Amino acid sequence: MSSLLVQLTQSYGPSGNEEVIRDLIINEIKQFVDELNVDPLGNIIARKKGPGKKLMFAAHMDEIGVIITYIDKKGYLRFSNIGGVSQYSALFQKVRFKNGVIGCIGYEEDIESMKDLKLDKMYIDIGAKDREDAEKIVSIGDAACFEGPFNQQANRISSKALDDRIGCYILIEVIKQLKNSPNDLYFVFTVQEELGLRGARTSAFSVHPDYAVAVDVTATGDTPGAKKMAVKLGKGPAIKVKDNSIIAHPYVRNIMIETAREAGIPYQLEVLEYGGTDSGAIHLTKGGIPSGVLSIATRYLHSPVEMADMDDINNGIKLLRALAVKEMGAEGIS
Amino acid sequence: MLLKELTEANGVSGNEKEVRDIILREISGYCEKISIDRMGNIIALRKGTSDNGKKVMLSAHMDEVGLIVTGFTDTGFIKFKPVGGIDPRILVSKKVLVGKQRLPGVIGLKAIHLQEPNERKQAVKIKNMYIDIGAKNKEDAEKKVSLGDYIAFDSCYMPFGNNLVKAKALDDRAGCAILIEMIKERYSFDLYACFTVQEEVGLRGAKVAAYTVQPDMALVVEGTTCSDVPGAKEHEYATTLGDGPAISIMDRTSYSNKELSRLLYSLAKENNIKVQYKKTTLGGNDAGVIHLTGKGIPTATISVPCRYIHSPVSVMSMEDFEGCKKLVKLFLEYINKTKQEEENE
Repeated sequence: MSSLLVQLTQSYGPSGNEEVIRDLIINEIKQFVDELNVDPLGNIIARKKGPGKKLMFAAHMDEIGVIITYIDKKGYLRFSNIGGVSQYSALFQKVRFKNGVIGCIGYEEDIESMKDLKLDKMYIDIGAKDREDAEKIVSIGDAACFEGPFNQQANRISSKALDDRIGCYILIEVIKQLKNSPNDLYFVFTVQEELGLRGARTSAFSVHPDYAVAVDVTATGDTPGAKKMAVKLGKGPAIKVKDNSIIAHPYVRNIMIETAREAGIPYQLEVLEYGGTDSGAIHLTKGGIPSGVLSIATRYLHSPVEMADMDDINNGIKLLRALAVKEMGAEGIS
Repeated sequence: MLLKELTEANGVSGNEKEVRDIILREISGYCEKISIDRMGNIIALRKGTSDNGKKVMLSAHMDEVGLIVTGFTDTGFIKFKPVGGIDPRILVSKKVLVGKQRLPGVIGLKAIHLQEPNERKQAVKIKNMYIDIGAKNKEDAEKKVSLGDYIAFDSCYMPFGNNLVKAKALDDRAGCAILIEMIKERYSFDLYACFTVQEEVGLRGAKVAAYTVQPDMALVVEGTTCSDVPGAKEHEYATTLGDGPAISIMDRTSYSNKELSRLLYSLAKENNIKVQYKKTTLGGNDAGVIHLTGKGIPTATISVPCRYIHSPVSVMSMEDFEGCKKLVKLFLEYINKTKQEEENE
């Protein structure tokens, strides 16, 4: 079991509140990079210098969560979602605030049917006696992440926030393993992806790379009743063809495929019919940046029990590392 | 009175000239540089006393929601579409002003006597509404009104109750009025007051204004929803009238910079100004595009709570308005102090 992966997934970092996870990542990478900056929105931009093309690798640090909007007289907290939180996956879950306070999510039991369940019919119970008692430990505007412990059975791991601490883990491992690169590498750990790819947009503007690859999780089609999708756990890192935010640039997609083949790394192609990731914002920056995505197949996305395969993750590290040192050609469609 | 003049001017998104002219008149004596960009935003610069190049941007939008002429009936009634977010149910029986010439009209509806029983139960759709400008027929109407003419609510500024006012377009002429005051002071940093266009149709003006200014930080001054009214549960109140300016934490378009929003809140508390957090995460404003500009810009939002926004009868408390004005000023003074301290170090 990788203790770094445990630390990363269990760290607190709902979108807009990435301080803790950011410090953890900075500590892990600072001795392995040539430059390290935190930009005005809070993205980490780390550079490993090289003479060649400017490559940007992005993984988002933030995770979904909840934010307190109101504290009632009895000390129950009303909340809104941070990112895509379903009322059904939130019900009866535990949430954790930055200061460690734990809350349990309940719902107004007098609703007629569970079909009427909505987040504004739900509340967080932190065990407070009343409003005053609650306000001693939390405030309106405080954000919490879901609790979801890290477990590993054989090759399969489950935890909260595999989306996208898996991506962060892959970037960190590549940073640590790479000695020299012919390319000028920018490793960007972005903020607020779950709120609309926000950190990626400003960091791509700053870096203005020749090519970019986001590393993120993607959905799978290998569970009972799943939407039809070819991606499966354990079949290797996925090379994205398209999702709702991007059609991967053919040059980048093909060079990823070529790299995987040359290195003998298993891979699968991904067509996601919904959703998007940081590359969606990056590829539209300035005059346009040819971009692709390396995805790790993950089940039960945006729940506290996301599940992935360690082989996919380790092969993802191999593929990104090989891509980092790949000699990149001229820009444009060949 | 400026707030009266600002709210009674018509500035439906894309047609902000009336409002822009008032603002230009008000600020012209105070600014070193005033430009009107290609979208129609006013970008006014109050030059700082220091040459440190630090830039603070204040932003308020000039435009308001309204309607636009899309056609005529043979009998001389005007067909229209909404500009910005308008609840169709608020439109019936309202007075409006059509076009630059402010031609009076009313949004009519078949009288109750003439409606079928099931018609009475249904909200009228905009496609079935029309504006009556008293024209004899299509030809007559076309002489007075053109396709694409803007239509604004006809609603006067009216003080009432306990220090409240009713007006149209308090969202965001309240913010415009506050920015006009702020630009009169000089600080160490360069202060940019941006009066933006087309916020109500998708934060459009602010996007290019922020790109032009590229500030070090930005504060958006808004009129926001206030839901302390019958039909809403307390935990669903976005803001409460009379509880002071509202600081945004998060909405659909941005997560406010936490240092800036906490600073605003604590400055209010320290100076005995009533203040509240906006308690919902709905809606959006110019901060959504400003904070994503260039390399990213730390941005926060402060709002005057307004009941019934996007209607001809929005209501705000003058106390909240004055509190908001004071708090923006305290904010600028605080930034001024810290920037100067940074320089002295």
